[in-house]
Amino acid sequence: MPQPRTEAWITGIGLVSSLGEGLEQHWQRLGSHASPSVAVEEVRYAPYPVHPLVPLDFSKQIPKTSDQRQMERWQRIGVYAAGLALADAGILGKPEFLDNVDLAIAAGNGERDLALDTSILESAGRSGAPGADLNRQLMAGLRPTLYLGQLSNLLAGNISIVHKATGSSRTFKGEEMAGVAALEDAVKRITSDQSDLMLAGAALNAERQDLLLNLELGGALLQGCYRPVWARGKVGGGMVPGSIGVFLVLESPRHAIARGARPYARVSTISATRSHRAPGQAASAAQELFEAIAPSIDSVHPLGVLSGVSGVEPVTHEEATFLDGLARFDLHSVVRAYGSVLGHGVEAHFISGIALAALALSKGSFFAPFQGTESEAIGEQRQVLVTAFGHWRGEALGLVEAVAAGTP
Amino acid sequence: MGTDIRDAKGRPRVAITGCGVVTSLGRGKADNWAAITAGRSGIRHISRFPTDGLRTTIAGTVDFLNVNPYSAPALTIAMATAAAEEALAEAGLARAQTFPGPLYLATPPAELEWPQRKQLWDEMSASDLQGYRRLLAAAREHAHADMASLFQFGSVADHLADKFATRGLPVSVSTACASGATAIQLGVEAIRRGQTQAALCIGADSSVQIEALIRFILLSALSTRNEPPEKASRPFSKDRDGFVMAEGAGALVLEEYASAKARGAEILGFVRGCGEKADDYHRTRSKPDGTAIIGAIRNALADAVIEPGEIDYVNAHGTSTPENDKMEYQSLRAVLGVHLSDTPVSSNKSMIGHTLSAAGAIEAVFSLLAIRTGTLPPTINFDVPDPEIPLDVVPNKARQAAVATVLSNSFGFGGQNVTLALGAP
Repeated sequence: MPQPRTEAWITGIGLVSSLGEGLEQHWQRLGSHASPSVAVEEVRYAPYPVHPLVPLDFSKQIPKTSDQRQMERWQRIGVYAAGLALADAGILGKPEFLDNVDLAIAAGNGERDLALDTSILESAGRSGAPGADLNRQLMAGLRPTLYLGQLSNLLAGNISIVHKATGSSRTFKGEEMAGVAALEDAVKRITSDQSDLMLAGAALNAERQDLLLNLELGGALLQGCYRPVWARGKVGGGMVPGSIGVFLVLESPRHAIARGARPYARVSTISATRSHRAPGQAASAAQELFEAIAPSIDSVHPLGVLSGVSGVEPVTHEEATFLDGLARFDLHSVVRAYGSVLGHGVEAHFISGIALAALALSKGSFFAPFQGTESEAIGEQRQVLVTAFGHWRGEALGLVEAVAAGTP
Repeated sequence: MGTDIRDAKGRPRVAITGCGVVTSLGRGKADNWAAITAGRSGIRHISRFPTDGLRTTIAGTVDFLNVNPYSAPALTIAMATAAAEEALAEAGLARAQTFPGPLYLATPPAELEWPQRKQLWDEMSASDLQGYRRLLAAAREHAHADMASLFQFGSVADHLADKFATRGLPVSVSTACASGATAIQLGVEAIRRGQTQAALCIGADSSVQIEALIRFILLSALSTRNEPPEKASRPFSKDRDGFVMAEGAGALVLEEYASAKARGAEILGFVRGCGEKADDYHRTRSKPDGTAIIGAIRNALADAVIEPGEIDYVNAHGTSTPENDKMEYQSLRAVLGVHLSDTPVSSNKSMIGHTLSAAGAIEAVFSLLAIRTGTLPPTINFDVPDPEIPLDVVPNKARQAAVATVLSNSFGFGGQNVTLALGAP
């Protein structure tokens, strides 16, 4: 591996979830002083609990109703969070910066028209010419704009249109690992001088039956009452999807200092791999990734760990094994499974963990336990490890570190 | 300045050591290039599903790979596998146990199609549940691991990473119709920053499905010139009326030049530069002043350190839509200036249609073949020149020409524009 030429600073964060809008609201609900509570909807999609998005006035970030009409809700959530991040970094509305912003976005597909799907399925058995009837129903029922709401890369497209961020744009796919790939692309481009200014993020609208259907086909959803992530194994496991929009502005120190921007933290490592998921493989794949990072872990301060564990089994058990194994590295770790409070954000999940890590480091403090079995934080964390074990594929780690005062 | 192994900007040079292709014209470079240089079209009537009542009934489907059971992702995997096998064989890596680098894959959207939705619905025929509650109950009560594995967004990449034993996490990317070029760009950047010595870059698309066809019909993006199908796609002609959906895959093995040379690999060409620029104007149309497309082309020239006069051939995005072809011409004129009148610009979409997420990768392969064979692929169906587009489109017949440097354009919905600059060894 080549030495990085520079660091990747996080200089702007936009976060919306079931817990609130913006970093401060999340810190109020989750910070060291708080007694974390969750916002869960257990009835509307029963038997599946979901974490619903806090009510937002989308027009605050997407003023034109014509723009809003051309987006599905996941795109509105993402464009909103992207706007928060750009504003937080101090570059919203500043074309001299926005024209150079490179986008790295993680996305699945957008929403379907559930009423149309239902009416087609209900009538399908009654037709003598099913093919011709399907064509007629789709021609009459599909809205052209809906297609644009469904394309993965149209979250990026809408961010360019609404916020005028137009350097370049890439959309990564593949569930949790899409978020890892997007952030890895952003960090590597910054640290190798291939970009100065990146906007990386993702959005999930958990409140939709078509998303739940895709997840349930893989047996990935928790059924029944909400319970925290580590308490799901005894009922078979499963994720509780959470609506999340999360965006980070990443920047080279040179670029940030030149415009007077201050960092929350820096992302020093994103590393990822793909095990075949035979028993024990995911845990040992992550341990190998950690062994490469271990020499840079400071042994004086406790290591904060934001676990992206989904609750889906058996991989949740694999992650527990990996986290238990951290004790062998002569370090004191404090683990928080943030899926217990935000829900699982799929493509948005890993980047949410990185955002929370940067938030905690900027506060010089860590989060209160998200579930009774998690230990109290001791001392000051200077480094936070973020884990991502994909619910069906992929293992990744991110290391976020405090930027020393007066750096460089 | 550049050295033998570094480019003018001091970065490792990125060599192409293998490539492969599948389109409606056939499997492999030999069949495809024979058809392309003969000006033959692969566009035909759609036989995969009924097209009753539709304004467009033609496409460039890939129907010869015997994918069974058929599904869109299964066809994507089959085409990508065929293209990658050809690329790896050419690179001399087919016998290797593992591929010495990551996979960058451009794929179309993955979602349940109507046959699967109907299957779930029918599994609960005794149920009185309505709508998606019924589909969810079917998902809950029966095992569907195979269905899930096909329609997860990362599953095509996962299959290919297993098949070719690529390193690390495979990366799936979408920039709509620029995706194939973006996959190549990801490989180029990884090699340049020293992250890997090799990358397998693939673009594949199997989007000729009923709902995708109807969505494009409703956007008025497709040609409705169904008879005869092979005459429908007519890029740069005055009477062009839309693009023709198509399927295919393109694969390239990229390697750091120094390490490719060290292992004795034949160097087929170089990716000299990549440029991209996002548009903020409209979800399906580019800025009237063309600045985003112009920006992508300029960025590619700047990245490659190439002057406009050095371009020997442009492999156009050339979709055959009224909008694209005019904008592409105006943007090329803005960047290449007086040199454009001496620069042939052709669109192989006149023969294979628009392969969407695969187009950038397939067209990079054809651009490389133009360099290697000294043959410019024609733009067929060029019967009525458009006075607003005074281009040398290599009309109707392939042409011999010495080609050392090629630009390949790819532009997508959502304002994604990518241009690649390829060069001779």
